Amino acid sequence: MRAVSQPKLKLAIGLGATCSGCDMAIVDLAEKLTDVFKAVDVVFWPTASDQKLEELERLPDGSVDVCFYHGSIANEENKEIAELLRKKAKTMIAFGACACHGGIPGLANLTTTKELFATVYKETPSTENPDFKQPSIDTTVSGYSLHLPEKFDTVQCLHSCVNVDYFLPGCPPEVPLVEKAIEAITTGKLPEKGATLAPNRILCDECPRERQEKKISKIFRIHQTIPDQEKCFLDQGIICSGPSTRMGCGAKCIAANMPCRGCMGPTSKALDQGAKMIASLGSILGLEGEESMSEDQVKQLVDQIKDPLGTFYMFTLPSSILKRRNMTQK
Amino acid sequence: MQETKVIKIDPITRLEGHGKIHILLNKSGNVDEAYFQVVELRGFEKFCQGRLVEEMPNITTRICGVCPWNHHLASAKATDAVYKVDPPEAAKKIRELGYCAFFIHDHAIHFYALGGPDFIVGPGASPQERNIAGVLKKVGAEVGSTVLRALKYAHEIEEMVGGRAIHPVFAIPGGVSKPLSDSDCTKIHEMGKFLLDFSKFTVNTFEKTVLQTKRNFDLLKDDMYRLKTFYMGTVDAKGKMNLYDGDLRVIDPEGKTFAQFKPSDYLKHVSEHVEPWTYLKFPFLKNVGWNGLVEGRNSGVYRVGPLARFNVADGISTPLAQAAYEQMFATLKRPAHETLAYHWARVIETLYASERLLELVQDPEVKSSKIRTIPTATPEEGVGAVEAPRGTLIHHYKTDPDGIVQGVNLIVATTHNHAGICMSVKKAAQGLIKRGKVDDEILNMVEMAVRAYDPCLACATHTLPGQMPLEVNIYNSEKKLIKRMRRL
Repeated sequence: MRAVSQPKLKLAIGLGATCSGCDMAIVDLAEKLTDVFKAVDVVFWPTASDQKLEELERLPDGSVDVCFYHGSIANEENKEIAELLRKKAKTMIAFGACACHGGIPGLANLTTTKELFATVYKETPSTENPDFKQPSIDTTVSGYSLHLPEKFDTVQCLHSCVNVDYFLPGCPPEVPLVEKAIEAITTGKLPEKGATLAPNRILCDECPRERQEKKISKIFRIHQTIPDQEKCFLDQGIICSGPSTRMGCGAKCIAANMPCRGCMGPTSKALDQGAKMIASLGSILGLEGEESMSEDQVKQLVDQIKDPLGTFYMFTLPSSILKRRNMTQK
Repeated sequence: MQETKVIKIDPITRLEGHGKIHILLNKSGNVDEAYFQVVELRGFEKFCQGRLVEEMPNITTRICGVCPWNHHLASAKATDAVYKVDPPEAAKKIRELGYCAFFIHDHAIHFYALGGPDFIVGPGASPQERNIAGVLKKVGAEVGSTVLRALKYAHEIEEMVGGRAIHPVFAIPGGVSKPLSDSDCTKIHEMGKFLLDFSKFTVNTFEKTVLQTKRNFDLLKDDMYRLKTFYMGTVDAKGKMNLYDGDLRVIDPEGKTFAQFKPSDYLKHVSEHVEPWTYLKFPFLKNVGWNGLVEGRNSGVYRVGPLARFNVADGISTPLAQAAYEQMFATLKRPAHETLAYHWARVIETLYASERLLELVQDPEVKSSKIRTIPTATPEEGVGAVEAPRGTLIHHYKTDPDGIVQGVNLIVATTHNHAGICMSVKKAAQGLIKRGKVDDEILNMVEMAVRAYDPCLACATHTLPGQMPLEVNIYNSEKKLIKRMRRL
């Protein structure tokens, strides 16, 4: 990282509903971290230092140069903190899959808080709760009122809640992408607002495997077969989200002989990652020639895909055109 | 004249996850009650229903980005059981090898960045100093580069084995996705030697800064940081501590074995209690019963984690760690109830993980290409457990005959320790806050009772959104908030 003579940039690292893998990705810059901290002042990073929320509140609006925000918005407190950081930061970057697209915890949009509480606090086999006591927003114990932030029914990605200037995808974002982003920030070379800070091409474009674009008729699940390490997963009948997923991760899962599950989200050319994958699979399964197939044949092919929602929208349900399960029926 | 006060510690910082502490003072300004609240829940147990069970090792890593490896492996072991498949020995050893590297990484971060600053820089140092930068200033900047190098090596090994270090992908039902090559093993061996030296250095640093510094050692033994509870941890067939596999052993507060069972029988031994003021449940020993947040042999409260593993095991299978373990129990009476000794056991475990990593990488079997058993049985139900850095972790899945998940139950380490953490907070607060006198140092010393467990609230909130830090609120006897400290 190049040294800068100007005053140091003020960086905030904020978080919502997160696993903190994104914090670890920042820590992962390891030896480079010391250089990063030469170029930027971290004014707020609750995971790693003792700064208080009040200190952030006291900063003038717009006085933080850049905020990396990781995690999704899943309760009232996440929302308050995201709004506060947006006010304080000139540039807001959605950092990681949850902030960009909702992430895996976004699959909670397939359910409701009510159902979720029933499972967690009643149905799970180790729970001993005959009266079905549940966490409640305000509880009085020993005469004191204890408050819990209200959990939202719908998990949102960051841009559904506040204005986002840039997106840095990945679960978590890979170190080279984070380094490039920090380099762009410190040298003032960020692209046009609204951009995703990763190449706008699909993973297949950086995948080293040999691809013959075979038509397949049998789908294998990963535990059912030993994949050839040189050949395209899809050619081998194994579902891989490469065709619907943005490149830039270095195809590490592929190198570990595991197919892509789409944590980088779609490119800007696809409106919806899941829809793109379904379209790609349609042609791979030979469904374009559907007219020549009987309904049974089509059904047989499609039925092999057991959990399309969880597979094709694993990381992007909240930002997809589906967003969540319909909640009208009670 | 002040009446009762409530102290609220909000974002407890340097914790993995988000929590709040509420301290309630009585008319004389002493502590009446203290509550440790986990304020989020994400609901993995619900939204994993309907998923393909073989995807669970990938999905459940996202419970926690700090400790994804234990979830990945507990999940893979649960899917092995669901498919009734026994992975080849090589696959098990490769899993454990990657796990050792992860353990070193996780424990080292805790010692140098999260829990260590309280001892090395001091509990009364300013918050600006009480962090990893302050630690490096105290122990020397050159140590900083050694720590960073160790973290980097550990991560490199994790990535070579797991595909990715954060959110590994390699473990699947019946084995692992990728074998290790000769050159992988050579590199891991070289890095492993460095990690062993680093771990020895870490144990020495702990001895110097905590054991041989009177103030710290007195603190470690202080009654306000002691809790007499049951303990649970994993032991191998010889009764030695094991991180990847074995039986769960429970000892009573006097140290006698209370139960020993296969993880698949956990429901016969563990139940969870619900309180409305926190999203996190309270596991307890079913055969003792839930009698509230109290110590002793009539309370089903038990603790897990490094100290618990040391208390339940008959010893450690590697020589250097065994020697350090013996030294610890020559100093502390067994079972050790000193909560701050979690830090001690943790650094010794770093030594064990390094020694074990070197054993495994030199085992010719880890280079075997026989790393998969293809399941043939109809999937049904399975339990997988490992010792996570913070303690016993249990994943339990039920599926339909297509391997679609129908039911999930997760009991993570921080949840097992939930009751213990609550009680530790209260005891420390009672010991430290007298006549309403509260300052930053006192509150930090209350937080130390929590940090000893290295609680992972990202994990604990698998059931809500996982946020980081913590908040302390102090209320007076009129229930008015008189002091609040939030650190996110």
